[in-house]
Amino acid sequence: MSSFGSLGDLAATFVLTGARVIDPSTDADAVRDLAVADGLLVDPATVPSDAPRLDGSGLVVGPGLCDLHVHLREPGMERAETVESGARAAAHGGFTTICAMPNTDPPLDEPARVAMVLDRARNRACRVRVIAAATRGREGERITEIGELAGMGIAGVSDDGSVVASARVARGLLAYLAPLGLPLIEHAEDPALSTGSVMRAGETATRLGLAGWPASAELSIVERDIALADETGGWVHFTHLSTEGGLNAIRRARERGVRVTCDVTPHHLALTDAWVAGWRGFSWEEPGGVAADPFGAPLDAELAYDPACRVNPPLSSRAEALALLAGVADGSIDAIATDHAPHPRERKGVEFGAAAPGMIGLETALSLGLAAVEAGSLQLRSLLAALSTRPAGLIGETRTLANGALADLVVFDPAARWLVEAPALASASSNTPLLGMELPGVVRMTVAGGRITYRDGLGAIG
Amino acid sequence: MLDVANGHTTRHRPAAGGVVVSWPDSAASPTPGWPHRHLLDVDQLTRDQLEECLDLAVEMRERRLRRETLDLLRGEVVGLAFCEPSTRTRVSFELAAEALGAQVVELPIDVSSVTKGESLVDTLRTLERTGVTTVILRHSMSGAPYLAARSVPVRIVNAGDGSHAHPTQALLDALTLRDALGSLDGRKIAIVGDIGHSRVARSNLHALTALGASVWLAGPPAWVRGFESWPGVHVADRLEDALADADAVMTLRIQLEREAGGGVPSLREYTARWGLDADRLAVAQTGAPVLHPGPTNEGVEITADLAASERSLIGAQVVNGVAMRMAVLALLAQ
Repeated sequence: MSSFGSLGDLAATFVLTGARVIDPSTDADAVRDLAVADGLLVDPATVPSDAPRLDGSGLVVGPGLCDLHVHLREPGMERAETVESGARAAAHGGFTTICAMPNTDPPLDEPARVAMVLDRARNRACRVRVIAAATRGREGERITEIGELAGMGIAGVSDDGSVVASARVARGLLAYLAPLGLPLIEHAEDPALSTGSVMRAGETATRLGLAGWPASAELSIVERDIALADETGGWVHFTHLSTEGGLNAIRRARERGVRVTCDVTPHHLALTDAWVAGWRGFSWEEPGGVAADPFGAPLDAELAYDPACRVNPPLSSRAEALALLAGVADGSIDAIATDHAPHPRERKGVEFGAAAPGMIGLETALSLGLAAVEAGSLQLRSLLAALSTRPAGLIGETRTLANGALADLVVFDPAARWLVEAPALASASSNTPLLGMELPGVVRMTVAGGRITYRDGLGAIG
Repeated sequence: MLDVANGHTTRHRPAAGGVVVSWPDSAASPTPGWPHRHLLDVDQLTRDQLEECLDLAVEMRERRLRRETLDLLRGEVVGLAFCEPSTRTRVSFELAAEALGAQVVELPIDVSSVTKGESLVDTLRTLERTGVTTVILRHSMSGAPYLAARSVPVRIVNAGDGSHAHPTQALLDALTLRDALGSLDGRKIAIVGDIGHSRVARSNLHALTALGASVWLAGPPAWVRGFESWPGVHVADRLEDALADADAVMTLRIQLEREAGGGVPSLREYTARWGLDADRLAVAQTGAPVLHPGPTNEGVEITADLAASERSLIGAQVVNGVAMRMAVLALLAQ
């Protein structure tokens, strides 16, 4: 039995016994009891004896997850998702903070619109931060009133969905943002190189006869923005990084002190371009079928050209996915962010090239990460840092499991498996190629700001 | 919205002019149990199945020559869904379906709305409910037939999808080449032109390599790059390398608008560097035949003289097209 709570609920009190508590902020990793009293993490010995005791054996506790990149579709496409349904999907996935991207209809490019979303976000199942549009109408010309927006607590600015195409405008944005301490969150895609393309260039695209966008479409913008950040002292954050070249450019820039950060999506880590041809193995698994033999293996008529695999930036090659995974492991990628992109059926049940790009991710991100951990391709601590403490740090939030802090955590069973299917999802949409797959990692409880926002199988909310 | 009740045109098989037989009784008759419901691309066919298609097409060609009328598809309704302009392929399928006794409906699909990706599944569902059992689908987007096959309980024959596949063209090309060369085993076939955007080339790469040929590609770099690791395929740096000792040469139609995409500076330069004429073909095997899926831009990818010469198999390709489509429809209808 699962149920949702909200940030407007009464503060929680409980003791979770014998769970593995991992806190990347202190490098702690130990099996112990964890107690929450009136929403605060406390010494279990101090909790009243009538507090609910929950059996945490076999479970892992980590800091509440933080997603830097979510599309909530409100206003404008409420059939696909609302602030409310998106917040529930987040809580179900273990997230306690999500950042809403501004490419709604109309876009979040002025204070009143940002205020409206923040108002709708109050007392939901997850904290919702807003990323405001970088330019008015997301048209890439005049910058938004960033000073006033900063005062409203935005997490950054972005024209996500598009790059800030003009280098002059991007330079102006970075300069204006620098003293505010906010990032320009850049969707690095040079449209001159990508227009008309529907997947990543490479052998799979060649096989399928689909126009492919080359990795240079990302790298050219990454290099441009690094130069601009270097010159202006501004902070550029590259979201949904998808190429090894882009990652290496970021590593080099960081070494010489440029303020540059980045995130990668779970699907760019776990899935590969071979998924478009119907392959259904994770990047860290041995490729077979059309993934091993992109030209010779027959296509699987049931799975080839699945519009659920159309995302932007497109799914990368296996080699690039593994390079990105290594970037998460070594810390050169700051965060895993889902780019949760819900779409209604009519925008996905069409030809691959006509399908709206994007897949949902809030409810499968932790599971995909845990699949990588299970396979030995990622440390659990690195995964949790990339999903919680590190992204939270980028938007001015803290995550710690030390006593005295407000409880903000996720409790999950890393070994339990669940079937990804539409009824199991709290999102209003179900556009993901993971439907029908069994994934490891079941969230048992999410606690945000001291309130239980989601609970499954750990007794009634107390 | 498609108006099936008023919009379609129905053509009945002409009653006169031939002997009606129920099933070919020769050895080349399709063996019961053809395992494929659809023809989405030739990559799904084994070498034996490819040969079976070719053999059956030969028989269909002979029966057609004898003006026999077959009724293998009696009771079937074949819908021609051409969501992209086409004359040759559409007519070829129409003749093939009629020659097998099917009722043929031409579906007046609004090309502009389908290319926007709005209504393919909806349109095909409507058709299925009106009794169409087989849809011949031509579509501008790669992979559209896969969507159709998954979404609608009718047989789908891919008549060309985007840059991806054109399986019946590849089969008829293979037949034309087998007629001319005997076997394709160990043969060198050159394909010249815009391979990257060509569904004809892709399906030919599958079919020709499966039948034992090696295929050499030549053309502007932007149009041939990416195929290097396809087993049995070689990407030539120079046209002469592809043509040298070739047993046959196929050239593709140049989409005149593609020069703007950066593939070639001009049609003039394309013709100067990759256009086929008798002189260029001198390095190929003596008398090596020339194929073209049509329609040709004469004077661009091939000279009018060469296209009309004895070496040209362009006419045979058209004849084989109807026979091959008959064979495919007969196999799928089992």
